[in-house]
Amino acid sequence: MDFSLNEDQQAFVDSARAFSQGVLAPGAAEWDATSHFPVAELKQAGELGFMGMYTPEAAGGLGMTRLDASLIVEELAKGCTSTTAFLTIHNMATSMVGKYGSEALIEEWCYDLTMGVKLASYCLTEPGAGSDAGSLRTSAVRDGDDYIVNGSKVFISGAGETDALVVMLRTGAAGPKGITALLIPADAEGVSYGKNEEKMGWKCQPTRMISFDNVRVPVANRLGEEGQGFAIAMEGLDGGRINIATCSIGTAQQALEEAVAYVQDRKQFDVAIADFQATQFRLADMLTELVAARQMVRLAAFKLDTRDSQATTYCAMAKRFATDIGFKICNEALQLFGGYGYIKEYPMERHVRDTRVHQILEGTNEIMKVIVARRLLMEGALEVIK
Amino acid sequence: MDLTLTEEQAMIQDMARKFADGELVPVAAQLDANKDYDLLKEKLKQLAELGFMGLNISAEYGGTEAGVVAFSVAMTEIGRGCASTGVTMSVTNMVAEVIQAIGNDAQKAKYLPKLCSGEYAAGSFCLSEAGAGSDPAGMRTRAVREGDQWILNGTKMWITSAPYAGVFVVWAVTDPEKPKGRGISCFLVEAGTPGLTVGKAEHKMGQHASATCPVIFEDCAIPADALLGELDDGYRIAVEELAGGRIGIGSLALGIGLAAMDYARQYMTEREQFGQTISRMQGPQWMMGDAYTELEAARLLLMNAACLKQAGKPFNKQAAMAKVYATEAANRACYTGLQLMGGVGYTQECPLERHARDARVTSIYEGTSEIQRLIVARELLREV
Ligand SMILES: Cc1cc2nc3c(=O)[nH]c(=O)nc-3n(C[C@H](O)[C@H](O)[C@H](O)COP(=O)(O)OP(=O)(O)OC[C@H]3O[C@@H](n4cnc5c(N)ncnc54)[C@H](O)[C@@H]3O)c2cc1C
Ligand SMILES: Cc1cc2nc3c(=O)[nH]c(=O)nc-3n(C[C@H](O)[C@H](O)[C@H](O)COP(=O)(O)OP(=O)(O)OC[C@H]3O[C@@H](n4cnc5c(N)ncnc54)[C@H](O)[C@@H]3O)c2cc1C
Repeated sequence: MDFSLNEDQQAFVDSARAFSQGVLAPGAAEWDATSHFPVAELKQAGELGFMGMYTPEAAGGLGMTRLDASLIVEELAKGCTSTTAFLTIHNMATSMVGKYGSEALIEEWCYDLTMGVKLASYCLTEPGAGSDAGSLRTSAVRDGDDYIVNGSKVFISGAGETDALVVMLRTGAAGPKGITALLIPADAEGVSYGKNEEKMGWKCQPTRMISFDNVRVPVANRLGEEGQGFAIAMEGLDGGRINIATCSIGTAQQALEEAVAYVQDRKQFDVAIADFQATQFRLADMLTELVAARQMVRLAAFKLDTRDSQATTYCAMAKRFATDIGFKICNEALQLFGGYGYIKEYPMERHVRDTRVHQILEGTNEIMKVIVARRLLMEGALEVIK
Repeated sequence: MDLTLTEEQAMIQDMARKFADGELVPVAAQLDANKDYDLLKEKLKQLAELGFMGLNISAEYGGTEAGVVAFSVAMTEIGRGCASTGVTMSVTNMVAEVIQAIGNDAQKAKYLPKLCSGEYAAGSFCLSEAGAGSDPAGMRTRAVREGDQWILNGTKMWITSAPYAGVFVVWAVTDPEKPKGRGISCFLVEAGTPGLTVGKAEHKMGQHASATCPVIFEDCAIPADALLGELDDGYRIAVEELAGGRIGIGSLALGIGLAAMDYARQYMTEREQFGQTISRMQGPQWMMGDAYTELEAARLLLMNAACLKQAGKPFNKQAAMAKVYATEAANRACYTGLQLMGGVGYTQECPLERHARDARVTSIYEGTSEIQRLIVARELLREV
């Protein structure tokens, strides 16, 4: 057991930190205020390899472990939570193409996607199918060498600005086994986009509904086999949960660093806020919980990397815990800023708004508990999940 | 012991609820999105017409004289409808109460009818400064006597309603030689007084339609009789009035929390996943149950503080307990409600994210949660 970073990992962290501090952090507040989607910066991230971190090397990615990717994502999230969260969704969708697409499909898409020249969305949720994604109804019906796609997806991150849509569709009977994944070009005929949802946070990336009206998609655009789509989607989400959990860790780390600096500087009652024991105890708890959450996320990533049979449960536990703790730390950091925490001149309220959604998406935290509880009530579970 | 409201209190609660449902709920999202001060002022005027701008002010000056409990229940209902309108009402009532408590007859006769009737859209309470928030006694704004005038110099920060307030209650140091907090006095400054400038409004996380601005005094001359209360007695006054204000903010927060949970509860009964409504699942049921339990506890703490104040008994500890508990319970309730909505809770398709943003500041202004805990501890240890 070794908890230290190796040389390669340290190098990743250093390059991610430089990019995060130099490129993301300076723009974050303005992108939030103006709902600007930083496409140019995402392209820059692509040049550094961050747009295809764990996409197989054969498909143009870096083929990294999830643990290494998590180290990078944490640094990036410190600079801009929302941009980084999108970047991770792009990575998830891109890796699915790289892993399950045909050679020709990889040739056509993956190099551009991993370079950040093109962007990808992950399309699972529907108006009637959120937590119960397995009940999705958007359909793909075989017609010769094509599928004809009809229906709609909601809450799609990046939609309207992305180029590739990785879409989960019903090709067979009801339930998870009747679902197939297709890569649909975002500009295909019959694809239309709803308005950009006004959100509490994650404002620098669009969230839109996508409607499919008799969209013709070549069978060659299929990822994996027919009926394999839900398994692909869930596999993607295991890693996606590590990503989103890591976005909370990075943001909480940033918030804590800012709060620690602030309380030492700010004086009331003629002493620094840091001199009050209530402040000290609160900070001690924040750091303790942050470290615990980070280690749990890294453990889950390791389980995924080593193909541990319990990886899904570890990912669910880590996502629930890290996103709850991450939000709590950001919220407490806001409190330590007093009135200044509530205004946009300081980043604290943005950290709170941005991290709040991590408790909802990629499976709500209630669904994480459903997953964990279902597993732990099976015989022998506690022998293998520790 | 009887926890039911009197007929008059119930009537005021009912009036407030109807006003909130009919006049505030329909425009609250618009007020949030557009920071529409004109629309806010229209609503404030209507509130004044209902008698809500001087709920605890004597009828002689146009007040409703309904008492602290009525104020609290009305505040909760207005907070349910729109937090920005609610905070303006709370602060304006507090301003009127300070004037009633320590003003002389001429001051009361001059300002209270204008505040109660809505001739003034609002009143402002100018205590905080950039460097003096939790510790207002550390303020630097000065008032210097020159002949029959006071000359004010300094900058107040975070002043609610500043652009449309008719009158400002301003605290300033009158004797810097005295120990901290003992040389502060309180003044009444009318809007438009030369030397008083309202700075640009802060961009906040929530409560968007309520303006929060710096107020700058530059050689601002006010007449000698603008002194409110005794000379050098201002800090004591501020502390006393804030104790009452805490009941207002706690009640406002309770309203926001209830609005959030009521909306989410309704949604749970309609939204289906896995072939059943969310309301049939035990996890969400308990989340809901706990949120309402905490809000009910908050309500009782607030009622207790309000009853004590109304009876003229000490209520400082109880008001602090009520404020910290109610505002934090309301924050938790907003986030529970938001969570129960799933993804849509995070968007402006529904009011939950606004409720969460609006509730957040209630644990900060009129004494942060930490300052409430400090007061509670101090009072408890004094009893030993
Ligand atoms: C900003 C944003 C970006 C998003 N991006 C994407 C994206 O790129 N791609 C994509 O496919 N989706 C995306 N989503 C959708 C997101 O994954 C869903 O919102 C989420 O899965 C929850 O689904 P829902 O909103 O339908 O909530 P619902 O499933 O309706 O849940 C409502 C409430 O019920 C609870 N609940 C549901 N089932 C159970 C149960 N069995 N037991 C106990 N409680 C339960 C939930 O936890 C929640 O509290 C995004 C959402 C948001 C807000
Ligand atoms: C939207 C808004 C509206 C407002 N409206 C008004 C208004 O109308 N009039 C007015 O006068 N003011 C107003 N305020 C100011 C508000 O009352 C102050 O922001 C508040 O008192 C906190 O002061 P501060 O911001 O300077 O924080 P600080 O006092 O700097 O506090 C920073 C942190 O330190 C903590 N802390 C401070 N002292 C202690 C201690 N002794 N022990 C432990 N922890 C401590 C605080 O709780 C906080 O977490 C408003 C503020 C906001 C945000």
